Amino acid sequence: MDKYSVYSARLVDQTEYMAPGHRACQGCAEVLAVRLILKALGRDTIMAMSTGCMEIISSPLPLTSWRIPWIHNAFENSSAVVSGCESGMKAMMRKGRIPQKKINFVAMGGDGATADIGMGPLSGALERGHDFLYVCLDNEAYMNTGIQRSSSTPYGASTTTSPAGKKSIGQHTQKKNMAQIAVAHNIPYVATACTSYPFDLMEKAKRAAEMNGAAYLHVLSVCPTGWRIPPEEAIKYGRLAVESGMFPLYEVVNGKYSLSYKPPVMIPVKEYLAAQGRYRHLTDTDLHKIEEMAMQEYQRIVRLSEGD
Amino acid sequence: MAKPIDEITWQELGIGAVVTEIGNSVQYKTGSWRSERPVVKKEHCIKCGVCWLFCPDMSIVQTPEGHFTANLEFCKGCGICAKECPVGCITMQGEEA
Ligand SMILES: Cc1ncc(C[n+]2csc(CCOP(=O)(O)OP(=O)(O)O)c2C)c(N)n1
Ligand code: SF4
Ligand code: SF4
Ligand code: SF4
Ligand SMILES: [Mg+2]
Repeated sequence: MDKYSVYSARLVDQTEYMAPGHRACQGCAEVLAVRLILKALGRDTIMAMSTGCMEIISSPLPLTSWRIPWIHNAFENSSAVVSGCESGMKAMMRKGRIPQKKINFVAMGGDGATADIGMGPLSGALERGHDFLYVCLDNEAYMNTGIQRSSSTPYGASTTTSPAGKKSIGQHTQKKNMAQIAVAHNIPYVATACTSYPFDLMEKAKRAAEMNGAAYLHVLSVCPTGWRIPPEEAIKYGRLAVESGMFPLYEVVNGKYSLSYKPPVMIPVKEYLAAQGRYRHLTDTDLHKIEEMAMQEYQRIVRLSEGD
Repeated sequence: MAKPIDEITWQELGIGAVVTEIGNSVQYKTGSWRSERPVVKKEHCIKCGVCWLFCPDMSIVQTPEGHFTANLEFCKGCGICAKECPVGCITMQGEEA
């Protein structure tokens, strides 16, 4: 758990804005991320969602798992759609057609939707400075269509379009650093989070939504199906990602960095990677190389958080 | 929607396929996916709610006495609750056993 200990679980809002009966795989931490983020945002939320696992599992006609106004978009345009919702409703409020109210405008998409296909519209919406929150649910591949690599798939991971083999290490490129791309837009709020640290995740979602202007939240969302791990270990693996320094939890508020969680003892990256099916083929040398790359980025974030 | 989902035809869908009934996926009982069910040893449960917080299927409910148990209508048997319970009072038991 995180800094709040097990006892605060009961203080969390009991209302579920995501209904059961959704069709996510057993142990899906991506839908858990959606559930927790909605708890943090509350009912005054309007969401546009790109296609991907979360859209597919929550809205097979004529059913929906959503208990907030929600619209399904094409892959690339959730940021554009939510920009329109925000501008339109702001104009209607200004003209007195609807009452003044703080509404959370949220666009959500997977890593494929965010780092590849919807990158242009997302950049546009961040640059225009709409008052909205973009949430990237990063399960590190195009999972909904059967585990294809995205630009957010980490080096060394085997996917159906980056298969490991005699002449291939699997994904041979580096994971695109989306949070840093968001930071480069000089928006008021950027943060990384993970469902294995639920209080940190919910607090960040709340803070992001309360910000005036654009906010970006990058959520590592463990996918047992695509990562080839047992479903009951979805929370454990999120924890290992953070504790090994592979996925640092941090916030950048108005350009100022702060590390949200510093693991008391850094665990070896091998503990995070070795038992995942998608990394099964890696040798100790490969694991070493991955650890070195991860530590460089981790140390960079630590330095940015400590410096003024 | 009043009708069961398998009786609704496409002609009955709203314009733009808008679904106006919120959260109606509760009609679809995912409990049938389960091969193992979580069983809570009540006498050891410290009523912390950790299992509830981590359940991806909103399938843990609090009983009037304050314990937490699985709602088997929707529980898919992922085993996260059993794995994360801080006192280890949940065990997964095979459905056929
Ligand atoms: C333009 C376009 N290309 C491809 C698809 C097919 N498609 C639907 S969901 C999906 C994968 C989504 O991946 P990601 O955004 O990472 O979300 P995840 O399913 O992993 O949560 C793909 C390729 C599509 N719907 N539209
Ligand atoms: S494929 Fe992965 S992200 Fe998609 S529903 Fe299954 S577990 Fe969740
Ligand atoms: S087994 Fe999984 S789905 Fe069932 S109650 Fe536990 S966490 Fe929820
Ligand atoms: S996690 Fe365990 S101890 Fe805590 S409420 Fe659930 S069953 Fe009880
Ligand atoms: Mg994905």
